[in-house]
This record gives sequence, C-alpha cells and structure tokens, in this order.
Amino acid sequence: MSDLRKTLGLHVGLLLVLLALNWLLPAYHHGNLARIMVLASYAIGYNVLFGYTGLLSLGHAMFFAAGMYGMGLTVRHLGWSPAPAVLAGVGAGLVLSLVVGFLALRTTGVAFMIVTLMFAQAVFLTVLYFGEYTRGDEGFVIQQVDRILLGIDLTDPNNRYLAALLVFAICLLATFWLVRHRFGKTIIAIRENEDRTRMLGYDVFRHKLGAVVISGSISALAGATYGLLFGYAGATFASVQYSIFPLLWVLLGGAGTILGPFVGTLFMFYLIDLSSEITTAYMLIAGVTLVLLTLFAPQGLMGEVRARLFRWLP
Amino acid sequence: MTVLRTQGLSKSFGGLEAVRDVDLSVPQGQVRALIGPNGAGKTTLVGLICGRIEPSRGTVSFLDQDVTRLPVHQRIRRGMGYTFQITSVLSNLSLRENVALAVRPREKSEDVVEGEVVSALTQVGLVHRIDQHAGDLSYGHQRLLEIAMGLGQRPKLLILDEPTQGLSEGEVAAFNSLIRRLAGETTVLLIEHNMDVVMAVADEITVLDFGAVLAEGTPDEIRKNAGVQAAYLGTG
Ligand SMILES: Nc1ncnc2c1ncn2[C@@H]1O[C@H](COP(=O)(O)OP(=O)(O)O)[C@@H](O)[C@H]1O
Ligand SMILES: [Mg+2]
Repeated sequence: MSDLRKTLGLHVGLLLVLLALNWLLPAYHHGNLARIMVLASYAIGYNVLFGYTGLLSLGHAMFFAAGMYGMGLTVRHLGWSPAPAVLAGVGAGLVLSLVVGFLALRTTGVAFMIVTLMFAQAVFLTVLYFGEYTRGDEGFVIQQVDRILLGIDLTDPNNRYLAALLVFAICLLATFWLVRHRFGKTIIAIRENEDRTRMLGYDVFRHKLGAVVISGSISALAGATYGLLFGYAGATFASVQYSIFPLLWVLLGGAGTILGPFVGTLFMFYLIDLSSEITTAYMLIAGVTLVLLTLFAPQGLMGEVRARLFRWLP
Repeated sequence: MTVLRTQGLSKSFGGLEAVRDVDLSVPQGQVRALIGPNGAGKTTLVGLICGRIEPSRGTVSFLDQDVTRLPVHQRIRRGMGYTFQITSVLSNLSLRENVALAVRPREKSEDVVEGEVVSALTQVGLVHRIDQHAGDLSYGHQRLLEIAMGLGQRPKLLILDEPTQGLSEGEVAAFNSLIRRLAGETTVLLIEHNMDVVMAVADEITVLDFGAVLAEGTPDEIRKNAGVQAAYLGTG
C-alpha cells in the first residue's frame, strides 16, 4: 500500500510540477515543454507495446499519422470542430491498429519489425498518393479559427500548454492504471515469457492484439493533439523517422517504466536543442551521447533509477 | 471417471516418430508416473496432451470431452496444469506475481488471489521469499516455484515434467509428501527419473520406450517386468 502511495505521489507530483511550470517558464522553454509533453504521450503509447509487451514495432508513425490526419482531414474537408475531429483521429488509429495488429501479430521478432515497417511505409505512401487532400510532403495548416475548442483558443500558448498537459496526464495515468491491473500484468508476463504465460491459460494473441490497439490509439491521440495544438499536418510525421523517434525516446528514458517515455523525450529534445547551439554537428553529439547511455545505462535513465534506487517504480 | 484419455496419439518430427500410437487412460485422483529412457518421448507426449504440440494422429480427451482441436490456453482453463522440464519461471518478476499469474485465470478477486498465492508458496516452503525476484532463486528453488505455480492453477490434471531434478534430498522428501497430499483430489501425471520418487508416490506407472508404451501397471508389477528391466530399470 505504501508503494502505491509513493508511486502515485511521484506521478501526481510530476503533473503538478508541470502545471506550475506553466506560469514559471520563459516563453521559449514553455513552448518546448508543450511540444515535449505531446511527443512524450506518443512515447507512452509506444512504450505500452515495446516496454510492457516486449513487441518492437518499427512502424508507429502510421498510428501517429492516423491520429493527425484523422483530425486534420475532418477539420479541413468536413469542417468538423476540434473535439469530434480529435475523436476521429483516435478512431482512425484504433481501427488501423486493430487491422495491422491482427495481421502483423501472425509474425514475431524480426518479422514483426519488418511487417510493421512495411505497413507504415504503405500509410506514408498513401498520404503522398492522396496529395490532393493531404497536400503530401508540403502538408497543410490548420487555421486558427478551426482550433477553438469549447470557446478556448488553442493557439494561445497558455491554453496550448494546458491542453498538452491534460493529454499527457491522461496518457500517463491511464498507463499507470493499466500496468497495475490484470491486463497490464498479463502483457508484462507475455514480455517476460510468452510460452510460459500461454501455459498458464492466457490467450496470448488476444492480449497482444489488445496491447497493439491501446498503443496505437494512444499514439493516435498524441498525433491528433500535435496537429491541433501546433496547427499543422504533414507527411513527415508519417515517415520512418517518426517511427524511430519513440523507440529512441523510450530506450533512453527506460522501456517498461511509466516515467521513462517522458524523461527520454525531454532528454533527447534538449540534447539536440543544446548541442545545435554549440555546433552544426549536433547530430554527432546526440549520437555519441546515445551510444554512451546505451553502454552505461542499458535500461534507460528511469530503468537504471529503478534498478539501483527505487525498486517500487512501476 | 477417466480424467485423461489418449487414443492412437502419435507425433513425427520429420522421419522420427517421437510418440507412437499411445493409448493412455488415467482415472480421477490417480498419480500416474511416466517413465522411460532419455529421448523416449515423454516430454513430447505431455506436450501433445496439453496442446503445446500438434499431433500427427490420434485424439486427446479430457474430462470426457475431445480437446484435440483446442488451443493450449483453453485446455489449461479447463483444468490442465503443466510445469516445464526446463525451469521457466518469470525471472524478473516476484514469486508473488509468478504464482498470482497462475491463479488469476480462474479467480477474479485479487484478494482471493493473494490468499492462494501465499498458500501455494507455503506448501512448497518458499513463502518467506515471496517478494524476491524469481531469478534470484537457486535452481532447486525455481523448481519448487514451478510446482507452486502448478498448485496455484488448482488443476484437475497436474502434469509435472521431471520436477525433482536438481532438488536436495530433503526437498525431494517434501515433494513426495506434497504429491501424496494432492493425490485423491488432483490427478497427477508425473514424468520422473528418480525411481525412489516413482515408487514412493505413483499408483500406476506407464513405461515409454521409443515413443510407444512398453508396459503399464502398479509399481510392483513394473518392478517385476522383465522387458522394463532390460529397457530401463536394469541400466538405470
Ligand atoms: N521439436 C522437436 N523437433 C525434432 N525432434 C524432436 C523435437 N522434440 C523432441 N524431439 C525428439 O523426439 C524424441 C523424444 O524427445 P522427448 O519427448 O524430449 O523425450 P524425453 O522427454 O522422453 O527425454 C527425441 O529423439 C528428441 O530428439
Ligand atoms: Mg523430457
């Protein structure tokens, strides 16, 4: 019980600090943090599948993009308002992850990675193919008038930050809840030993499919939020780069930890931001740091904290 | 009542017939030992029974229902429990969580689960280590944890694949009395190399050789059987 209080305290504490920062941070970092929180939500979604279920996908950009375009296209072409548009985005991610999961989960290991990569590539090409609607690489802007949610103007930095925090809090607490309950404990068991888990009487396929859908839907929520808050949807977000990012963030922050995705996203964002101030070879600095971290903190930052300091961290 | 019945159960791996036309019938509450030299097909046979391996021919019925086409997890939910020959506990999880995972499929309330976890771990003498990671246990203790997971499933048929391998003498004695306590209620199918254990706990013995049933009978009958002596006991 005291472990629950500690962990709950820690996570709610983080959310309160992030809330306070809304009024404390200078404009530049305020804007960064809003962006980081939305991207961290994406990483949280990725972590459900990679960190907790042990399935490495190389195609999560398709879910992020499904959310972004599900939202963006309904606003742009059907004139939907933000709330139903975001729901459309999440719905698109949910359906896509159900279909992709159903097919891709027939494979395991490297084959699963390749299959998810191929599906994501197909989604990316689809975005380009329907350039008439999506404006392909160039993308399209979501106008200020379309970004007013229940009378709240999301282009205002303050509102944008709070909206990002709200989405982040939902994702964080949802996964916190998930891993403490039956379904979450079962996917962790599948990660640890799939065969053993099956032999205890669990339908492994159904649980994995559930994990893909939860992971894909959270990623889609992040994608829809990103498009809405920052007013743009473009094909870059469906590219392979955006499939690799969440993997890096989660690896860095600690796969299979609740706070890892946020820590990893924050760390990498500022690593690139700071090193690009110093040198144009900033990707080199970022790369070397990543290599050092994987050598000396192979479980990621929060993973190491858990292994060395706080074993009660979820 | 017959808990388990196989008919003509066979499995070939390429050219090798690892299990050949096995007709097995185990009545309710019996402790049935399955013995035979290494490579006789014992692990393959129980794999066919619980659905880990698909048979080339033959049928499996469990509690008078044909389960040959059922996937593993559904057979387990109907009351089969299986412990692995090669220990495969979930090493990064606590003993508590290992056993809880075994209990949950048949129990909704987490409080009841916790109670049963403690009870199963007490029965194998590991309850004082409930919060440790399973991977930190010695090999023998991991075997005991496997058995506790089997108990946590409260199976109608408990299949144990060489459970005493790597246990100390004291632990083997404790294992014997545990099995005797289960007998009568739980049907046990026990693959075992240690003949002292077999003679101590088995009601009946099935001897497997080159994938086929060589002999079947009470421990006394098996001890006297010349064919078994030649194939197995004499050399063991
Ligand atoms: N997956 C497999 N593929 C090929 N051959 C196998 C496989 N599993 C078992 N065998 C072979 O089947 C025979 C029976 O093996 P097994 O059932 O493990 O015997 P036992 O448990 O009695 O020692 C052995 O010759 C073994 O090499
Ligand atoms: Mg064997």
